[in-house]
Parts: sequence; structure tokens; C-alpha cells
Amino acid sequence: MSNLMNGAHILLECLAREGVDVMFGYPGGVMLPLYDAIYDNPIQHVLVRHEENAAFAASGYARSTGKVGVCCATSGPGATNLTTGLVDALMDSIPIVALTGQVTSTLIGTDAFQEADTFGITRPCTKHNILVTRADEIAHAIHEAFHIASTGRPGPVLVDITKDAFQGQAHYAPVHEIHLPGYKVVTEGHAGQIRRAAQMMWEAKRPYVYAGGGIISANAHEELRGVVETLDAPAVCTLMGLGALPGSHPNFISMPGMHGSYAANMGMYECDLLIALGVRFDDRVTGRLSSFAPHARVIHVDIDPAEIGKNRAVDLPIVGDARKVLAKLVKALKELAPEMQALRAADRKAWWSVVHAWKNQHPLEPVFGVDEIKPQQLMYEIDKISDGKAIVASDVGQHQMWAAQFIRFDQPRLWVNSGGLGSMGFGLPSAIGAQMAHPGKLVFCICGDGGFQMALPELATLANFGLNVKVVVMNNGYLGMVRQWQELFYNNRLSSVEINTFPNVEHLGAAYGIKAKIVRSPLELERALREAVDEPGPYLMDVRVSSFENVYPMVPAGGAINEMVLAPPRPVTVPE
Amino acid sequence: MLMTISLLMENRPGALMRVTGLLTQRGYNIESLTVARTLDPTLSRMTIGVDVEARLRALVIKQMNRLVNVLQATDLTEVQSVVRELVLLRVRAPMESRTAILKEAEIFAARVVDSSVEGFVIEATGEIEKLSEFIAVMGSYGEIEVTRSGGVAVSLEAKKLRLAPPVPRSQTETVESR
Repeated sequence: MSNLMNGAHILLECLAREGVDVMFGYPGGVMLPLYDAIYDNPIQHVLVRHEENAAFAASGYARSTGKVGVCCATSGPGATNLTTGLVDALMDSIPIVALTGQVTSTLIGTDAFQEADTFGITRPCTKHNILVTRADEIAHAIHEAFHIASTGRPGPVLVDITKDAFQGQAHYAPVHEIHLPGYKVVTEGHAGQIRRAAQMMWEAKRPYVYAGGGIISANAHEELRGVVETLDAPAVCTLMGLGALPGSHPNFISMPGMHGSYAANMGMYECDLLIALGVRFDDRVTGRLSSFAPHARVIHVDIDPAEIGKNRAVDLPIVGDARKVLAKLVKALKELAPEMQALRAADRKAWWSVVHAWKNQHPLEPVFGVDEIKPQQLMYEIDKISDGKAIVASDVGQHQMWAAQFIRFDQPRLWVNSGGLGSMGFGLPSAIGAQMAHPGKLVFCICGDGGFQMALPELATLANFGLNVKVVVMNNGYLGMVRQWQELFYNNRLSSVEINTFPNVEHLGAAYGIKAKIVRSPLELERALREAVDEPGPYLMDVRVSSFENVYPMVPAGGAINEMVLAPPRPVTVPE
Repeated sequence: MLMTISLLMENRPGALMRVTGLLTQRGYNIESLTVARTLDPTLSRMTIGVDVEARLRALVIKQMNRLVNVLQATDLTEVQSVVRELVLLRVRAPMESRTAILKEAEIFAARVVDSSVEGFVIEATGEIEKLSEFIAVMGSYGEIEVTRSGGVAVSLEAKKLRLAPPVPRSQTETVESR
């Protein structure tokens, strides 16, 4: 079967075949042929207010579903605006296909209006990118892009399409086969290595599971649970891995790293076997590498061979898809269980008693204010309402760390945040993307007063589609994380961190037709949050919290993971 | 120490940029680079000479292998390999030194590819250090102009090339395609 279509229609046909139901974008000159085809196409196009947010929204969609998120932008400024979102997705291994328009092929290289070398600019921003100059190349390029974005270690792929490719006619024939001889993905995992890993895991006295975003992208959460439960090992989930193990699971300790809990970090330091699953030994987790897990042998499971041994030498590497590898690992562990379980019982009991002692010594506990709302308290209240079930899209900064510490996620893909790149402005557009994918779900967007203002134009998109997103601005009047560092490491010289002009959100909400409220008192916090949740559609809440709260524990940059700065003791206030 | 990388990649626009980008993003200076089509016209073979810290060599190779267009990247720095370079050298040769220059060229197994009243153009191939000596010797006869190709390398140990087979891309049927 083959029929003559223009490039724009071929593109939409390919998207439909890839199961795309929504795309986030912004039109422009060279995209006119595509937007003309979108006009009566069943794929829903969400018009954002800035191209960067199209990429973030696609990312929120992808993070919350596991499907490929799609965004598009015009040539030149449209494409350059996408780049932050692309790098963000690259750092967090999020499958996105970005479509950009390019000037007509004969004009490339002539400094034509809105021309930019998108192919060159986005080379280091993507897992792969493709330049298309002819209509008959579109179908292959699109299916290749989806294939590359969604397989192996996922990531963003950009397809740059010239205007004449959109306009040109070509015979469309479905593409059933992708041929990329250099694109090798190892999924199965070496059987011998898996057997040896199971042996090592049973032999260890103090095994410790360090699970990351790879578990979530491989949909390996059930298998992870199998490993953790069979071995009865303590487990931590990284910022990207929150929800990989239910937040309420008895073996779950919390998040490790710079703002991880005391127990999570001490476990990393004292374990004798680190079982690293779908993680990349990020500097925000390891602290100073030379004193990271110094007593441990390391098993590392990852789909990307380039991650093995990148930051930490590995004793037993397994390259493969986490779901497949862990399923086999659970089997291997269970085979050994009858002889090993009893043998290890005493060791395990001793290990758990140490871990529990750490937990009790310095628990992650919310702080409650009497006169003013404490930021931790805000997260604690959101956690109560969510009960492990809501989608929480977070921006970047202190609120992100407190949210990660205090909000539990009982399933994967509920926690949406910018981990690797730490892009401020990510929260609101990613919440929009997640809400489009899950219209029936409660979605919180937690921002700081800084990041909220970076994404502020998207309130229009929120209002436009009437999306059920509860935007909670944790407003401390400062760029809190930077302020914290200035306080701790730069003699409290607070340089350009005060946000002393913040819009009145009640007026702002009214301007956009969004219900909004300013909350100042701890007494009204819970009720205000519940009201926001009960209100159908978008809601904007400015929660004024104390200005000078710091996130603890804290491993200072370059510090050892066991040398955390803990929260200073607080004066006890007796309520009247 | 100079790292020698041999790389087989798809002969496509942008493939070279991806490979060099991996090196330049780290601030490495590429000392030499050769690239040409292989027997299979859809593929190119590339040899790169670049200064990379020893502990990062394996990572650089892995990251190159991760590139979609790269079929195989190999580190030849410490394996048995042959590296050769080509030099084209123009030397001004007045009558009195012409015979001596030709003699020297013979010693280096170099060939004269052009001869004129002003001088010679000489082509030499060989090991990189040997060619540097050749250039130094020729320089002693007078003004020279040199073009070096950069090293090309081949491993003496056969390494099996693993290629990804074509994969089916399952898709939903749409109304238009039915």
C-alpha cells in the first residue's frame, strides 16, 4: 500500500502509528505546513507559551507514563528555546521526540530568517538527532527517532525537518523495520554474572540496595521488590528512583545523597555490598568518591555499558535491561534461599538493628511552626493528602529536596522532577504534561517562588485546558537553596537571592481565571490544601513559609557521605 | 600519551561531528584525524590521535560506542597495531643539492612525485617518528612545505565486528493506512 501525501501528513501518520495522542508545541513560519495538517488531525496539540515548556511538558508526559513525549517548535528561536528541555531529558534518560522546523533546504547556510544550525546545536543535547531535507525521508526518520528514544537507555531524539520536506509530496509506505547497524542494545544480562551476583548477595553480611531511575524507566519495580524482599536488604531510592520501591515499604530507608537521610547515607557508608540498580553514581549521591561506600564490593546493573565503572570501580557488572536482569536475579536468589536464608539470618538481624538505630537517631521528621508555616510541614501536609498516590511535579531547589524527603510515593512515575540538570522552571510545564497524560489523577505542582516565576506564562496553558493541577508555591521570599549555600559557605553574604517582588497570586489567578489563595498560618494550611484539592480544575496557592529554613541533613559539596551536617537543635516552643 | 582510536562508523552527515564532539566537550585537542570510506561505501573508517588521560580512555571508547552512528570504536594505544602516515613535501632544490636530496629520499624510501626547476615534491610514507626525521633532514636542504596526512592505523588482532540486526518497529494501524 502506498499513497501520495505531503511530508507534514506523512509525519502525522507516523506519529499516529507510534501511538502519539498529544503533542506540546508552538508554531512558527516554517512549521506552517505542519500546523495546517495538525488543524484537522486527531492528535491533540497543546499550545504552550514558550518552547522550553513544550519540552518540559513532553518530559512530564513521558516521566509519568513511560511513553515517548512529543514536542515541536519552529526553526531558529523555537529550536534554541527547546534545548534546555532536551538536555534535561538527556540527563534524566527521558524518552522524548522533538520535532523542529528548519528553513527550506536551499536556504540552509544563507543566514535565512529564523535560521539556526539546530542539528549542530542539539548534537550534545540529545541521544541522537536527524536532519531531514526531503519528504520521502520523513517516515524512516520519525520511526528511527521513536525507536532510539524509547529503547536502550532512553533519551531525547530531535528530528529537524526543512519546510520543503513538509511541503514535498512522497509516496508513503509504512516502515516496519529499523536498520541501525551501530545501535546495539544489550538487554538480557549475562547469565553467569547474574548467578555470581546472587551468590555475592547472599554471601554479604551487610547488603544494601541502591536503586535509581533505571528501575522506573525499565518498569522493573516489581522485580526490584522481589530482590529486596528475597534478600531482606535495606534499600534506598535516589531522587530519580523515588517510587521504585513503595515509600511505605518496610525495607525502604529513604533517599540517599546530599540531602538524603542520615540512615540512608550511613547505610551507604557501612554496607559491605552495594547493589546498584539503574543508577549512575551521581556526585549528588556519592559525595567525595574516595569515601563513598568504602567497605563495599559493588554490583552494578545498568543498560548503558558506558555507566559501568564511570565513577566507581565495579566488582561485578551486569549490562542489561533492569527488568529482565532483576527477574532472573530474583530467581537465582530464590534458588539459593533454602540454604542461605537461615545461614544469613543472624547477620541480617544485626544489620537491620544498626539501620534502625540510625533511623531512630536522626529520623527525617517534619518541623512544625506555630506562628509561621515551616516548609517541611507543607510537604508533610501534601503527603497526608496524597497518601502515596498523587502525581507530584516539582521544580528545583529546597522545596524539591523537602518534597523528596517527606512525600511518599507508593508507585513509580508519580514523582516528576528535574534530577540531573536541575532546571528551574521545570515544575509547572511538567505538571501540565503529566496531567494531560492522566486526566483523572490528582497532580500537585510544587514550586519555589523563584522557579514559579520562570514558568509563570504556563498559567495560561493551565487555564486554557482547565487542567486539574494544584500549583503550590512554597514561598520563602528567597532563592532558598542558593541562599542556604551563601549562609553556610559564603559568610551569609546574601547576594541576589532575595525575591522581594512576587505577584499577588490572588490577583494573578484572577487575571488568568484560576482560583488562588495566599496561605500564611499553619492553622489554615491543611484546610486550604484540602479546599484546593476539592476544587475542580487548576488551583494556585502561595504558601508563605519561614524564610531561613535550611535543608538538612546536608553533605557539603565534595564532602564524605558519612559526614553530614545535621539540623541544629531547635528551641522547643510551647504552644499557648 | 597520545591515544590512538580506530573507529568504524556510518558514512552519514553529522557522524564525524558526534565523534569529535565527545572529545572537544572535554577540552581535548585532536592531534590528528583521518577519515575515508571503506570497501562498503555506507561506512567510514576513522583514525584519531588525541591526548587523553589514561584513566579516561576506556570511558571515551565506551561513550563513542554508544553513538548511534558508530559501529565500533577501538583503543589501539596499547594493542598490537600498525600506524602509518603519508607526507607530501615540497623542497626548493637548487642544482648543486638535487642529487643529495634524491639520495636522502631514497634512504627514506620516498618517491618524487613532481620535479621542476625550483625543486621536488616528494611523497613519503612510514612510521610517524620516521617521517618527522625525514622532514627534518629535508629541511636542512632549504625551504620546505609539508602536508601530513595524520596517522592511519590497523590493529594486528582481529576483533569481531558485532552489528545490530534490523529490528521490527511495531506500530498501531491507523485509519489512513488501512
